[in-house]
Amino acid sequence: MSEPIDYIERTRAQYDALGYPPYRWVENIQQPPFVPLKKPLATSRVGLVCSGGIYRAGQTAFHFKDDYSYRVIPADTPKEALRVTHFAYDLTDARKDPNVVYPAEQLLRLAEAGVIEELSRNTYTFMGGIYSSRKVRDALAPALVEAFVRDEVDVVVLVPV
Amino acid sequence: MGLIARALEARGIATICMSSAYSITRAVNPPRSVFLDYPLGHTAGKPDNPANQRRIMIDTLNTLELAQTPGGIRPLKYEWSSDHSWKDRVMRPRESGTASSAASDDRVARFDTPQYQYVEDEQIADSACPTCVVPPMRSGQEVG
Repeated sequence: MSEPIDYIERTRAQYDALGYPPYRWVENIQQPPFVPLKKPLATSRVGLVCSGGIYRAGQTAFHFKDDYSYRVIPADTPKEALRVTHFAYDLTDARKDPNVVYPAEQLLRLAEAGVIEELSRNTYTFMGGIYSSRKVRDALAPALVEAFVRDEVDVVVLVPV
Repeated sequence: MGLIARALEARGIATICMSSAYSITRAVNPPRSVFLDYPLGHTAGKPDNPANQRRIMIDTLNTLELAQTPGGIRPLKYEWSSDHSWKDRVMRPRESGTASSAASDDRVARFDTPQYQYVEDEQIADSACPTCVVPPMRSGQEVG
Protein backbone atom coordinates (compact mmCIF):
# COMPACT_ATOMS: atom_id res chain seq x y z
CA MET A 1 0.00 0.00 0.00
CA SER A 2 1.37 3.44 -0.89
CA GLU A 3 1.08 6.41 1.46
CA PRO A 4 -2.43 7.80 1.94
CA ILE A 5 -3.06 11.25 0.47
CA ASP A 6 -2.70 14.07 2.99
CA TYR A 7 -5.95 15.90 2.20
CA ILE A 8 -5.32 18.51 4.87
CA GLU A 9 -2.07 19.50 3.21
CA ARG A 10 -3.56 19.41 -0.30
CA THR A 11 -6.62 21.43 0.69
CA ARG A 12 -4.38 24.02 2.29
CA ALA A 13 -2.25 24.22 -0.89
CA GLN A 14 -5.33 24.49 -3.09
CA TYR A 15 -6.96 27.19 -0.97
CA ASP A 16 -3.66 29.09 -0.84
CA ALA A 17 -3.38 28.95 -4.61
CA LEU A 18 -6.92 30.27 -4.93
CA GLY A 19 -6.32 33.02 -2.41
CA TYR A 20 -8.84 31.59 0.06
CA PRO A 21 -8.34 31.51 3.81
CA PRO A 22 -7.46 28.01 5.04
CA TYR A 23 -10.23 25.50 5.76
CA ARG A 24 -9.91 24.16 9.28
CA TRP A 25 -10.95 20.66 10.22
CA VAL A 26 -11.97 20.03 13.74
CA GLU A 27 -9.03 18.69 15.71
CA ASN A 28 -9.82 16.53 18.69
CA ILE A 29 -6.75 15.65 20.65
CA GLN A 30 -8.75 14.40 23.58
CA GLN A 31 -9.47 10.71 23.61
CA PRO A 32 -12.88 10.01 22.10
CA PRO A 33 -15.67 8.45 24.15
CA PHE A 34 -15.84 4.72 23.53
CA VAL A 35 -18.49 2.20 24.44
CA PRO A 36 -18.25 -1.53 23.83
CA LEU A 37 -20.84 -3.36 21.77
CA LYS A 38 -23.88 -4.20 23.85
CA LYS A 39 -24.56 -7.42 21.99
CA PRO A 40 -23.35 -9.42 19.00
CA LEU A 41 -23.75 -7.86 15.56
CA ALA A 42 -26.04 -10.70 14.55
CA THR A 43 -28.61 -9.43 17.02
CA SER A 44 -27.91 -5.72 16.55
CA ARG A 45 -30.01 -3.06 14.83
CA VAL A 46 -27.66 -0.96 12.72
CA GLY A 47 -28.14 2.75 12.03
CA LEU A 48 -26.68 4.49 8.98
CA VAL A 49 -25.70 8.13 8.47
CA CYS A 50 -23.94 9.40 5.35
CA SER A 51 -22.60 12.85 4.51
CA GLY A 52 -22.26 12.60 0.74
CA GLY A 53 -25.23 14.86 -0.09
CA ILE A 54 -27.70 12.03 -0.78
CA TYR A 55 -31.40 12.83 -1.05
CA ARG A 56 -34.45 10.99 -2.28
CA ALA A 57 -36.48 12.09 -5.28
CA GLY A 58 -39.36 14.12 -3.87
CA GLN A 59 -37.22 15.70 -1.16
CA THR A 60 -35.64 19.14 -1.26
CA ALA A 61 -32.02 18.88 -2.41
CA PHE A 62 -29.13 20.24 -0.36
CA HIS A 63 -27.68 23.66 -1.04
CA PHE A 64 -23.98 24.32 -0.91
CA LYS A 65 -23.70 27.11 1.62
CA ASP A 66 -23.17 25.58 5.03
CA ASP A 67 -26.28 23.40 4.73
CA TYR A 68 -26.56 21.58 8.03
CA SER A 69 -30.01 20.13 7.44
CA TYR A 70 -30.50 16.39 7.19
CA ARG A 71 -32.77 14.06 5.23
CA VAL A 72 -34.62 11.03 6.53
CA ILE A 73 -34.42 8.28 3.89
CA PRO A 74 -36.22 4.95 4.36
CA ALA A 75 -33.65 2.15 4.25
CA ASP A 76 -35.55 0.28 1.54
CA THR A 77 -35.65 3.21 -0.89
CA PRO A 78 -34.91 1.83 -4.37
CA LYS A 79 -31.58 2.88 -5.82
CA GLU A 80 -33.36 4.57 -8.72
CA ALA A 81 -34.97 7.07 -6.33
CA LEU A 82 -31.67 8.15 -4.74
CA ARG A 83 -29.94 11.35 -5.83
CA VAL A 84 -26.54 12.79 -4.99
CA THR A 85 -25.48 16.42 -4.95
CA HIS A 86 -22.32 17.92 -3.46
CA PHE A 87 -19.81 20.68 -4.15
CA ALA A 88 -16.59 19.00 -3.18
CA TYR A 89 -16.19 15.61 -4.81
CA ASP A 90 -16.58 13.93 -8.19
CA LEU A 91 -20.19 12.68 -8.24
CA THR A 92 -19.89 10.49 -11.33
CA ASP A 93 -19.67 7.14 -9.56
CA ALA A 94 -22.00 8.08 -6.69
CA ARG A 95 -24.72 8.97 -9.22
CA LYS A 96 -24.11 5.77 -11.15
CA ASP A 97 -24.24 3.63 -8.01
CA PRO A 98 -25.21 5.44 -4.78
CA ASN A 99 -23.95 2.45 -2.78
CA VAL A 100 -20.44 3.88 -2.98
CA VAL A 101 -21.40 6.67 -0.56
CA TYR A 102 -24.67 5.29 0.86
CA PRO A 103 -24.25 1.54 1.56
CA ALA A 104 -27.85 0.75 2.57
CA GLU A 105 -28.21 -2.01 0.00
CA GLN A 106 -25.20 -3.91 1.35
CA LEU A 107 -26.45 -3.56 4.92
CA LEU A 108 -29.88 -4.89 3.90
CA ARG A 109 -28.22 -7.88 2.24
CA LEU A 110 -26.03 -8.50 5.29
CA ALA A 111 -29.19 -8.49 7.39
CA GLU A 112 -30.70 -11.13 5.09
CA ALA A 113 -27.48 -13.13 5.50
CA GLY A 114 -27.70 -12.87 9.29
CA VAL A 115 -24.49 -10.87 9.77
CA ILE A 116 -26.57 -8.15 11.45
CA GLU A 117 -30.09 -8.35 12.82
CA GLU A 118 -31.40 -5.49 10.70
CA LEU A 119 -30.75 -2.12 9.15
CA SER A 120 -32.80 0.48 10.99
CA ARG A 121 -35.92 1.55 9.07
CA ASN A 122 -34.75 5.15 8.69
CA THR A 123 -31.34 6.26 7.51
CA TYR A 124 -30.00 9.83 7.69
CA THR A 125 -28.04 11.88 5.21
CA PHE A 126 -26.56 15.34 5.13
CA MET A 127 -24.04 17.41 3.30
CA GLY A 128 -20.47 17.42 4.52
CA GLY A 129 -18.11 20.35 4.23
CA ILE A 130 -19.95 22.43 6.81
CA TYR A 131 -17.69 25.37 7.68
CA SER A 132 -19.26 25.90 11.05
CA SER A 133 -18.30 23.15 13.47
CA ARG A 134 -20.64 24.86 15.93
CA LYS A 135 -23.63 24.04 13.72
CA VAL A 136 -22.57 20.41 13.68
CA ARG A 137 -21.84 20.27 17.39
CA ASP A 138 -24.84 22.23 18.63
CA ALA A 139 -27.51 21.40 16.05
CA LEU A 140 -26.86 18.51 13.68
CA ALA A 141 -25.08 16.08 16.03
CA PRO A 142 -27.59 16.31 18.89
CA ALA A 143 -30.52 15.98 16.45
CA LEU A 144 -29.04 12.84 14.87
CA VAL A 145 -28.22 11.35 18.27
CA GLU A 146 -31.84 11.85 19.30
CA ALA A 147 -33.05 10.27 16.08
CA PHE A 148 -30.88 7.19 16.58
CA VAL A 149 -31.88 6.88 20.24
CA ARG A 150 -35.53 7.10 19.16
CA ASP A 151 -34.90 4.45 16.49
CA GLU A 152 -33.36 2.21 19.20
CA VAL A 153 -30.28 1.35 17.17
CA ASP A 154 -27.48 -0.65 18.79
CA VAL A 155 -24.64 0.58 16.57
CA VAL A 156 -24.20 3.24 13.89
CA VAL A 157 -22.17 3.13 10.68
CA LEU A 158 -21.00 6.60 9.61
CA VAL A 159 -20.03 7.22 6.01
CA PRO A 160 -18.38 10.55 5.24
CA VAL A 161 -17.00 11.51 1.83
CA MET B 1 -18.61 13.00 11.03
CA GLY B 2 -16.20 12.58 13.93
CA LEU B 3 -18.24 14.98 16.05
CA ILE B 4 -21.38 12.95 15.40
CA ALA B 5 -19.63 9.66 16.20
CA ARG B 6 -18.36 11.13 19.46
CA ALA B 7 -21.81 12.41 20.38
CA LEU B 8 -23.32 8.96 19.70
CA GLU B 9 -20.73 7.17 21.83
CA ALA B 10 -21.26 9.68 24.61
CA ARG B 11 -24.89 8.49 24.60
CA GLY B 12 -23.86 4.85 24.74
CA ILE B 13 -24.18 3.91 21.05
CA ALA B 14 -21.13 2.20 19.52
CA THR B 15 -19.99 3.65 16.18
CA ILE B 16 -17.78 2.82 13.26
CA CYS B 17 -16.63 5.54 10.84
CA MET B 18 -15.62 4.68 7.30
CA SER B 19 -12.92 6.91 5.82
CA SER B 20 -10.93 7.49 2.66
CA ALA B 21 -9.10 10.51 4.06
CA TYR B 22 -6.57 9.31 6.61
CA SER B 23 -5.20 12.70 7.66
CA ILE B 24 -8.65 14.14 8.28
CA THR B 25 -9.79 11.11 10.27
CA ARG B 26 -6.57 11.27 12.30
CA ALA B 27 -7.28 14.93 13.15
CA VAL B 28 -10.98 14.48 13.86
CA ASN B 29 -10.20 11.37 15.94
CA PRO B 30 -13.46 9.42 15.94
CA PRO B 31 -13.96 6.52 18.38
CA ARG B 32 -13.46 3.74 15.77
CA SER B 33 -12.59 3.96 12.08
CA VAL B 34 -11.66 1.94 9.08
CA PHE B 35 -9.50 3.48 6.38
CA LEU B 36 -10.08 2.55 2.74
CA ASP B 37 -7.44 3.97 0.41
CA TYR B 38 -9.82 4.85 -2.45
CA PRO B 39 -10.39 8.18 -4.21
CA LEU B 40 -12.87 10.48 -2.44
CA GLY B 41 -16.45 9.66 -3.36
CA HIS B 42 -16.00 5.88 -2.87
CA THR B 43 -16.01 5.56 0.90
CA ALA B 44 -18.04 2.34 0.76
CA GLY B 45 -16.51 0.69 -2.31
CA LYS B 46 -16.35 0.55 -6.07
CA PRO B 47 -19.40 1.37 -8.22
CA ASP B 48 -21.44 -1.54 -9.57
CA ASN B 49 -19.24 -3.97 -7.67
CA PRO B 50 -21.47 -5.46 -4.95
CA ALA B 51 -18.91 -8.13 -4.05
CA ASN B 52 -16.31 -5.46 -3.29
CA GLN B 53 -18.85 -3.35 -1.39
CA ARG B 54 -19.95 -6.35 0.62
CA ARG B 55 -16.44 -7.33 1.70
CA ILE B 56 -15.70 -3.76 2.71
CA MET B 57 -18.90 -3.57 4.77
CA ILE B 58 -18.19 -6.91 6.48
CA ASP B 59 -14.69 -5.70 7.43
CA THR B 60 -16.19 -2.43 8.63
CA LEU B 61 -18.75 -4.16 10.83
CA ASN B 62 -16.17 -6.61 12.17
CA THR B 63 -14.11 -3.67 13.34
CA LEU B 64 -16.90 -2.86 15.79
CA GLU B 65 -16.15 -6.16 17.50
CA LEU B 66 -12.37 -6.03 17.10
CA ALA B 67 -11.60 -2.47 18.21
CA GLN B 68 -10.42 -2.36 21.80
CA THR B 69 -9.04 1.15 22.17
CA PRO B 70 -10.59 4.56 21.45
CA GLY B 71 -9.38 6.40 18.37
CA GLY B 72 -8.04 3.43 16.44
CA ILE B 73 -8.00 3.51 12.63
CA ARG B 74 -7.97 0.09 11.00
CA PRO B 75 -6.57 0.10 7.46
CA LEU B 76 -8.50 -2.12 5.05
CA LYS B 77 -6.45 -4.09 2.59
CA TYR B 78 -8.22 -3.13 -0.63
CA GLU B 79 -6.48 -1.14 -3.36
CA TRP B 80 -8.23 1.05 -5.92
CA SER B 81 -5.87 -0.04 -8.68
CA SER B 82 -2.51 -1.71 -8.95
CA ASP B 83 -0.82 1.57 -9.75
CA HIS B 84 -1.24 4.59 -7.52
CA SER B 85 -1.12 7.37 -10.09
CA TRP B 86 -4.66 8.47 -9.16
CA LYS B 87 -3.14 9.94 -6.00
CA ASP B 88 -0.99 12.32 -8.01
CA ARG B 89 -4.02 13.89 -9.68
CA VAL B 90 -6.08 14.62 -6.59
CA MET B 91 -6.44 18.29 -5.62
CA ARG B 92 -3.24 19.47 -7.23
CA PRO B 93 -3.43 23.16 -8.13
CA ARG B 94 -3.07 23.25 -11.91
CA GLU B 95 -0.13 25.01 -13.45
CA SER B 96 -0.96 28.08 -15.44
CA GLY B 97 1.05 30.85 -17.04
CA THR B 98 -1.37 33.69 -16.43
CA ALA B 99 -1.39 35.63 -13.22
CA SER B 100 -5.18 36.03 -13.27
CA SER B 101 -5.83 32.30 -13.24
CA ALA B 102 -2.87 31.00 -11.33
CA ALA B 103 -4.95 28.10 -10.15
CA SER B 104 -8.25 26.53 -11.02
CA ASP B 105 -10.95 25.38 -8.71
CA ASP B 106 -12.66 22.06 -9.36
CA ARG B 107 -15.24 22.69 -6.71
CA VAL B 108 -18.68 24.06 -7.40
CA ALA B 109 -19.67 27.51 -6.18
CA ARG B 110 -21.46 27.57 -2.85
CA PHE B 111 -24.99 28.30 -4.05
CA ASP B 112 -27.54 28.83 -1.29
CA THR B 113 -30.42 27.34 -3.28
CA PRO B 114 -31.09 23.58 -3.52
CA GLN B 115 -28.87 21.89 -6.11
CA TYR B 116 -30.94 19.16 -7.71
CA GLN B 117 -29.39 16.29 -9.64
CA TYR B 118 -32.23 16.47 -12.18
CA VAL B 119 -34.49 19.35 -13.14
CA GLU B 120 -37.47 17.03 -12.63
CA ASP B 121 -36.48 16.55 -8.98
CA GLU B 122 -37.19 20.21 -8.36
CA GLN B 123 -40.62 19.91 -9.96
CA ILE B 124 -41.65 16.92 -7.82
CA ALA B 125 -40.03 18.12 -4.59
CA ASP B 126 -42.47 18.47 -1.70
CA SER B 127 -42.09 22.05 -0.53
CA ALA B 128 -43.22 21.10 2.96
CA CYS B 129 -40.86 18.08 2.96
CA PRO B 130 -41.35 16.66 6.47
CA THR B 131 -38.27 14.44 6.00
CA CYS B 132 -36.01 17.44 5.30
CA VAL B 133 -35.00 18.63 8.76
CA VAL B 134 -33.15 21.76 9.79
CA PRO B 135 -32.13 20.95 13.36
CA PRO B 136 -32.39 23.70 15.98
CA MET B 137 -29.29 25.12 17.67
CA ARG B 138 -28.89 24.00 21.27
CA SER B 139 -26.57 24.68 24.11
CA GLY B 140 -23.08 23.44 23.38
CA GLN B 141 -22.99 21.90 26.84
CA GLU B 142 -25.22 18.98 25.92
CA VAL B 143 -22.76 17.12 23.75
CA GLY B 144 -19.45 15.85 24.99
